Amino acid sequence: MTSQVEPLYAINDLVIDLYAATVSVRAVDGVSLHVMPGETVAIVGESGSGKTVSTLGPLGLLPEGVTVDVRGTAKAGGKDLVGMASARLSQMRGAYFGVIFQDPISALNPMLKVGPQLAEQARRFCGLSHEAARKEAVSLLARSGIPDPEDRYNRYPHEMSGGMLQRAMIALALAARPKVLIADEPTTALDATVQAQILELIRQIQRDNDIGVILITHDIGAVASVADRVVVLYAGQVAEEGSVLDVLTSPVHPYTRGLLASVPDFRAEDRVEAHEIPGLPPNQIKLEPGCRFAERCEHVEPQCRVERPPLRTIAAPGTPHRVACPVVIRREGIAVQ
Amino acid sequence: MSEKPAIEVKDLKVHFATRAGTSVRAVDGIDLVIPNGSFHGIVGESGCGKTTLARTIVGLQKETAGQVVIGGRDRAEWMKSDRKSFSRKVQFVFQDPLGSMSRRQNIYQTLEEPLLIHGFGSAEKRRNRIQELLDLVALSSTVLDRLPRSLSGGQRQRVSIARALALNPSILVCDEPLSALDVSIRAQIVNLFTSLQKRLGLTIVIVAHDLAVVREVCSDVTVMYLGRVAEEGITRPLFREPAHPYSQALLSAVPSANPLIETTRKRIILPGDPPSPSNPPSGCRFHTRCPVAFEKCGAEVPSLREAPHGGKAACHLATSNKRPIVD
Repeated sequence: MTSQVEPLYAINDLVIDLYAATVSVRAVDGVSLHVMPGETVAIVGESGSGKTVSTLGPLGLLPEGVTVDVRGTAKAGGKDLVGMASARLSQMRGAYFGVIFQDPISALNPMLKVGPQLAEQARRFCGLSHEAARKEAVSLLARSGIPDPEDRYNRYPHEMSGGMLQRAMIALALAARPKVLIADEPTTALDATVQAQILELIRQIQRDNDIGVILITHDIGAVASVADRVVVLYAGQVAEEGSVLDVLTSPVHPYTRGLLASVPDFRAEDRVEAHEIPGLPPNQIKLEPGCRFAERCEHVEPQCRVERPPLRTIAAPGTPHRVACPVVIRREGIAVQ
Repeated sequence: MSEKPAIEVKDLKVHFATRAGTSVRAVDGIDLVIPNGSFHGIVGESGCGKTTLARTIVGLQKETAGQVVIGGRDRAEWMKSDRKSFSRKVQFVFQDPLGSMSRRQNIYQTLEEPLLIHGFGSAEKRRNRIQELLDLVALSSTVLDRLPRSLSGGQRQRVSIARALALNPSILVCDEPLSALDVSIRAQIVNLFTSLQKRLGLTIVIVAHDLAVVREVCSDVTVMYLGRVAEEGITRPLFREPAHPYSQALLSAVPSANPLIETTRKRIILPGDPPSPSNPPSGCRFHTRCPVAFEKCGAEVPSLREAPHGGKAACHLATSNKRPIVD
């Protein structure tokens, strides 16, 4: 990848605090990540790790009823989304980003037929006429693998199966020809054989369009299956990032190692006991200094509890492999760039 | 322990009437034998009837036809004559621990309730039993005065397992006990189940859609499709050489966490969605999506027959030394 190519979406040193009635939570704590054209980046982490908030937060897509404080930058198409007025943000969100949500039935309007919802997107953000938008919507449904798209155009969401709805959702996300497609747990609500269909569809979209795809997931299998790069988040911070091959086959951060060991390789021959990471993710209300993983880590040293571990780039050909654990790097004599 | 199997399911049917006057055949003719001390997985996609089957085994759902036999006794008869002794024998663990506990009872009350209902000893004896249960599921006694809501998902699932174990059952039936949990926590609960099974000699039945977990913990497995058994056998050999084309597709759909394997392996992508259980296809229920179906499949229901992995498969093309290969 040459340095001339600008990332399509670049988050830099992002901090997001969420305030509810009585508590504040630091959901995202200094996260930087980006996606390049034609690239699929997976954001991996458990619930509460900040994977959704860090990616969708700058777009203004956050749970209702909480007050948000966002710092840092989130650049897309030469503009910073942080602090952008909500009308402009809404325009950006529609035209530049396509979002696939975990639960398609709640993302589509149940009172409207599926097709017109797609056509509206195409009309509003691509300036198509009514007739052209209708044609585009039918073609989007077809390209998303929906059989008999002319008929499905006039169906209501409740008349379609979960897999069909997720395909319609993907068609909707692509309707405004976005530069960046964000898929938030797109397969979690689906059955195994349908999951495989949807992952195949995402792979195909990525091949056919030169867009950037951000895949938010906790499913390591999905990461291995479609992503080029992966960013591992733990308690609102980046623990490790790099190419899928580097991170999944030679993880360095103790959390990544624990996470991968707790998903047994489905195709390995011998039976190994599921590795468990002891304890629970930290409470992000009372923040302790130092490494967030320290309490659950088998390699913990006194200094881990004092100082936030810096992300260091370790030697790897091609895509940089970064790890926020100086302890393992030192103990295992891993070369740092 | 008696030599009778822990659970026998005989030609079980569970149909639900719909408002339109049709019926959803959630479970439609299932035979199953689960021996004592086995760890049995029931897998399949949503709508295949796996949860209905589990609920009917423990009597949370009434059967339309057929019979469930627990330790040699007819389940329906047993529940009618002595409901309490039945629930001391068989317990159910729900998918959503929060939804299955009272939000206003603290954990102590939650665990004490079954002991009270069954007249378990004095207050002190109950307190000791609750402590034993906490130790069994590795929870600290600090949770006792908390409400379910304030616990993490993993802790809640430990509480609901502890509650199910309160009366020393010999059979535990669990409906998707892991699907609400995060990956690293899931591994903790998986290991808890395997250690409990070894320590207490339980018979455990788990309904799951996560095949990786089933492969890891279950000694035997039943694959369901649209209310019927597609295939059954010992987990490892069956997963290695699935004979039913549906099992082959289902197993192929599980991505590997290893990108070297994942980017090169062949996948079977099935066309379409599973058909509706209110109007299942004729003959083999899988024939509408099956890549190797032929005329007979649409006409004749395949019976369960011996398959190369030593278990049984409901496919016209499977024999004891040959299986159809889908690619």
